[in-house]
Amino acid sequence: MKANCWTGPNRVEVQDVPDPAILNSRDAVVRITSTAICGSDLHLLDGYVPTMESGDVLGHEFMGEVVEVGPGVDGSRLRVGDRVVVPFPIACGACLACRAELYSCCENTNPNAGVAEKMFGHPVAGIYGYSHLTGGFAGGQAEYARVALADVNPLRIESDLSDEQVLFLSDILPTGYMGAEMCDIQDGDVVAVWGAGPVGQFAMDSARVLGAEKVIAIDDVPYRLEMAASQGYQTIDHSATDVRSALLEQTGGRGPDKCIDAVGMEATHGAAHVHLYDRVKQAVRSETDRPHALRQAILSCRSGGIVSVIGVYGGLVDKFPAGAWMNRSLTLRTGQCHVQRYMRPLLERIERGELDPTRVITHRLPLAEAPHGYDIFKNKADGCEKVVLKP
Amino acid sequence: MELTSTTTVLAPPQEVYGFWHRLENLATFMAHLDDVRVTGPSSSHWVASAPFDTVVEWDAVTTGDAPERIAWASVEGADVDTSGEVLFVPAPGGRGTEVRVRLRYDVPAGALGRAAARYFGDDPSQALDDDLRRFKQVVETGEVVRSEGAPWGKRARREFPQRPARPLSDGELQELRGRREVLA
Ligand SMILES: NC(=O)c1ccc[n+]([C@@H]2O[C@H](COP(=O)([O-])OP(=O)(O)OC[C@H]3O[C@@H](n4cnc5c(N)ncnc54)[C@H](O)[C@@H]3O)[C@@H](O)[C@H]2O)c1
Ligand SMILES: [Zn+2]
Ligand SMILES: [Zn+2]
Repeated sequence: MKANCWTGPNRVEVQDVPDPAILNSRDAVVRITSTAICGSDLHLLDGYVPTMESGDVLGHEFMGEVVEVGPGVDGSRLRVGDRVVVPFPIACGACLACRAELYSCCENTNPNAGVAEKMFGHPVAGIYGYSHLTGGFAGGQAEYARVALADVNPLRIESDLSDEQVLFLSDILPTGYMGAEMCDIQDGDVVAVWGAGPVGQFAMDSARVLGAEKVIAIDDVPYRLEMAASQGYQTIDHSATDVRSALLEQTGGRGPDKCIDAVGMEATHGAAHVHLYDRVKQAVRSETDRPHALRQAILSCRSGGIVSVIGVYGGLVDKFPAGAWMNRSLTLRTGQCHVQRYMRPLLERIERGELDPTRVITHRLPLAEAPHGYDIFKNKADGCEKVVLKP
Repeated sequence: MELTSTTTVLAPPQEVYGFWHRLENLATFMAHLDDVRVTGPSSSHWVASAPFDTVVEWDAVTTGDAPERIAWASVEGADVDTSGEVLFVPAPGGRGTEVRVRLRYDVPAGALGRAAARYFGDDPSQALDDDLRRFKQVVETGEVVRSEGAPWGKRARREFPQRPARPLSDGELQELRGRREVLA
C-alpha cells in the first residue's frame, strides 16, 4: 500500500510499504477513506520530538471502513464493514487511567513505556504515527492502518454524516473542546486563544458553545486571523502589537479570565532576541521547546484565572514565569486530549448543527500529494489551514 | 543479585494471585523465561534463555503459597541458584492490587557470571520493571500490546531503538509467527 513516511528532518515521502497485519487479537485493520495533517505532525517533521525512525508512517487523524478484525474483537462492538473514526490515543479501557477517563495516559498501550517513563517520569499512552516514545505505532496517512484494541477505541458512525463532518473527532475537535472545557467557563468570561490554527479555531468555537462572553484570537498569520474574525471573534496580530496591552485594552484592564495555548513548542516570537535565545537553546537541545505563547498567556491572564494548555510540549522549557503563576493564583491545566471522552457528545453536537468542523478545511489532496500538503501547512502558504488527504 | 519491582493492577488481589499462581503464565510476560512447567503439587521446572543462545533449566519448589504471597526457590544443587517472592496487597481506595516482586539470582563469579549479568542488561531492575508492566497488560487487557515499531512483545526490551513504525514485511511476520509471537 501507499503510506506517507517520515524519512528525516523536514522530509516526508509517499512510499510503498507492506499492508498492515493483525498483531494482537483485539486488532482491526481499517481501509482509510479520509485522513489529515495535524500541527502535531509538524513537531515530528522538524525532528523536535526525539525517537523518530526513518520510514515511520505518519498520521494520527484517520477514519475508514473496518476490513479485518482479530479473533479477540468483541463482535457486538465492532465488525467488518463498520464505518469508524479512530481516536489518536490508544486506550485499553481497563486500567486506572482509562477508568478515570484519562485515555491519553493509558498505562497499558505503549510498548516503549520504559523509554517514555525516563523522559516524562511516568509513561504515556500509545499514539498512532507519533514517534517511538508513544509506542512506535504505524500511522494513518496511508491506505490502510492497523487499529489496536479495536473493540474499545473507534467510534462507529451510523448516520450519513460525511467524512469531513466527522473526521476531526479523531483529534482536533475534541482537543479544542477539551481546551475550552478545562477553562471552566463562567458567565461573562473572556477567553483568549493563542494560535488560530485548526486546534485554536475549534477551541474558540468550543469556548463560545460553552458560554464565553467574548473570544479573542491571537496569531500573526493574516488569513488565519481572518478565519477567526469571520466567526465573530476578535483578533490580535502578535507581530504588530504588544499582546498583553491589547488584551488589557479589550478587557477593561482585567485581562482575559481564561487563556488557551493552542500553539505549543514551536511558537514564534515578535521580539527577535528572545526568539533567538530560545531557538539556539532548542538547536543545542538544552531547551527543547519555545514557550512564547505559554509565557504570554501566563503573564496576560487575570489573577485567579485558568491557563489551559493544549499546544504540545515535548521536553524542557526555559524562563517559565513561575512567579506570575504562583503569586497571582493561576491554575494551569493541560493534557494530550482524552479523545474517547468527547467523541460521542461532540458527534451529537455536530448532528445538532452546534459545531461545524468542516469550516477549517482549506485543502483536499490525494494521499500522493501529502508532501505538498505538509509544505503548505507548515509554511502557511496558499491560505492553508487544514489539509484532508484522500487515499 | 537482588531485584525488586512493583506495579498496581486494577483487579482484586484474589484474581491477580490466581493468575500468578498458574506458574505457566509467568513465561507470557517475563522476558528471560522461556517456559515454566508445573511438575508436582509444589514443584516446577523452569527454562530460561541464557547468553550465547544457550538455555538454562532448573527445578524449583514453591515455598509459600497463600492468597497474599507466593514464593519459590530453586532446589538444592540446581544449575541456577535463584529464589523469588511476590506479594499481592490491596491498593487503597479500590485502586486494585499492589504487586510487589523480589527476585534473587546468585550469579556465579567469573566469566559465566559476567555473561549472565550482561544478559540482564545494564539495568536489570529495568528488565524486571518491564516484566511487571507486561504482567499488568496481560491481566488488564488480555495480552502484551505490540506496535509495528516494537512487535516483539516480551522480547522487545533489548531492541530499542527499533524497526520503523510501518507494517511488517511478509518475512518479518513469518519469523514472528514461527516463534509463535504473533497470531498465525
Ligand atoms: N493536546 C492535544 O491532544 C493536541 C492535539 C492536537 C494538536 N495539538 C497541538 O496543538 C497545537 C496547534 O495545532 P494546530 O494543528 O492548530 O497547528 P498549527 O501549526 O496549524 O497552528 C499553530 C498556530 O499558532 C500560531 N503561532 C505561532 N506562534 C505563536 C505565538 N507566539 N502566539 C500566537 N500564535 C502563534 C501559528 O501561526 C499557527 O497559526 C500544536 O502544538 C499541536 O501539536 C495538541
Ligand atoms: Zn493531531
Ligand atoms: Zn488504559
